Amino acid sequence: MEKIPILRMGPFLLVTIQVDLYDQLALNLENDLISSISKTGAKGVLIDISALDIVDSFMGRILSNIASMSRLMDAGTVVVGMQPAVAITLVELGLKLHGVYTALTIEKGIALLQQQFTLRTSGQEEDTSSQDE
Amino acid sequence: MSNHTIPIVREQDFILIRSHIQELCAETGMNLINQTKLITAASELVRNILNYAKSGKVMMEIVSINARQGIKLTFTDEGPGIENLQAAMQDGYSTSSGMGLGLPGAKRLVSEFAIQSAPGKGTIVTLIHWKDGH
Ligand SMILES: Nc1ncnc2c1ncn2[C@@H]1O[C@H](COP(=O)(O)OP(=O)(O)O)[C@@H](O)[C@H]1O
Ligand SMILES: [Mg+2]
Repeated sequence: MEKIPILRMGPFLLVTIQVDLYDQLALNLENDLISSISKTGAKGVLIDISALDIVDSFMGRILSNIASMSRLMDAGTVVVGMQPAVAITLVELGLKLHGVYTALTIEKGIALLQQQFTLRTSGQEEDTSSQDE
Repeated sequence: MSNHTIPIVREQDFILIRSHIQELCAETGMNLINQTKLITAASELVRNILNYAKSGKVMMEIVSINARQGIKLTFTDEGPGIENLQAAMQDGYSTSSGMGLGLPGAKRLVSEFAIQSAPGKGTIVTLIHWKDGH
């Protein structure tokens, strides 16, 4: 059984998707990520999709699922490296990635997660955990 | 002009289908954005066949009208068919846990889209994407 590796990068987890997600692989990834987040207490997940030349509605749903599950565990999700042609296609497909932030590079993705993390831990009164837009 | 039919039985079949579409795209000189749109639409239809009909096939060919070239994909299955076709073409309509974007999204992504389906009669979806994307 194929498996998508999950790497630890300081307080964050990095997942690099290089193959098309089919049902079982996607389910395994969701489960593996959840247990990794709870084991490591990770504060965020970076999903690198720069190797994907298409993202269809099934893969989009998996990305959204991962984002909402991570959020329940107090971790943010950033999708990095989406190819421009993929981004254009997703708009026309009508797919909105709810609760998913995007960044061009891993470095920018990390910066985004760090920023969210600081916001959340800065002791402010207001609830900054909501990630919907 | 040659055409090519590939059976759709397992998710991995998409790999072969995609690479054949890529060859046709190269032959017609279709640009990356139009190629990405066509392959994304194809992915939606392959997943539908696997999810709802279990198996089917796709025929892939280059078509031309006058000097205009495009790629035509015909997805055929002998599954249960679609009871409410009008609803199935609406964004967000799904009888499974899908996002309900496969059919309406595929229609938006390509130049021409046609669907024929009736309960018990299977489903045929035909796509044409012209080289210029219009
Ligand atoms: N090949 C097919 N055979 C039978 N039913 C289909 C087929 N393709 C689509 N459908 C029906 O049309 C609905 C909408 O399809 P789609 O837009 O791809 O959304 P989703 O797959 O996310 O449900 C499906 O939920 C299903 O009921
Ligand atoms: Mg579908």
